[in-house]
Amino acid sequence: MTKADLVERVYLKTGFSKKESAQIVEMVFDLMKSTLEKGEKIKLAGFGNFVVKNKATRKGRNPQTGDEIEICSRKILTFKPSQVLKSVINAQG
Amino acid sequence: MNKSDLIEALAFEKGLTYKKAEEIVNLIFQSMTDTLAEGGRIEIRGFGSMTVKSYKAYTGRNPKTGEAIEVKPKKLPFFKVGKGLRESINN
Repeated sequence: MTKADLVERVYLKTGFSKKESAQIVEMVFDLMKSTLEKGEKIKLAGFGNFVVKNKATRKGRNPQTGDEIEICSRKILTFKPSQVLKSVINAQG
Repeated sequence: MNKSDLIEALAFEKGLTYKKAEEIVNLIFQSMTDTLAEGGRIEIRGFGSMTVKSYKAYTGRNPKTGEAIEVKPKKLPFFKVGKGLRESINN
C-alpha cells in the first residue's frame, strides 16, 4: 500500500475529487511530519504512538576496521503499536 | 498531538468540517490497519514504511519471579522511518 492507494480510498469513500483527495492525504502526513519535527509525539488511539526519542552520544566501532568512533547524539523516531493494532494483526492467519 | 488534534488541524488547513476530517483520518488509519492485518506492506514516501514481522515461539521468563513461560509465536507491526523524515527530525 502506498500513498496513491490511500488517495484512491479517500476518493471512493468521501466524494472528493482525486486531486482534492490527494491534497488531503498529503496534508495528513505533512501535519504528522511537522509535529514530529518539533519533537512532539503523536498518539493515535487504536493505532499507536509515534515518539521522537533523544539518543545520547556513545562510543561505537567501525565493524570493518575495528576503529573506535564516536556516535553523535541524535533524535530517532519510534513507533509503539497500540494493543488494538497488535491484536488485530494477530487475529488473522 | 492526539487523533482529535490531527483531525482539527486537517479541518483547519483544508477548510473541512470536523466530521469530514474525522472520517478521512479514520479511513486512512483503518486502511493502514487492514493492510497490516493482511500481512501487507505500507510505504508512505517521505514518511516511512510499515511491515509485519513474525516472531517464533520462545521460552521467556517472568522478570519478577524468574519463572519460565512459553511465549507463543506472534506478529508485530514494525515502522521504519523514511530517510527524509529521519533527517528533518534532527534539524
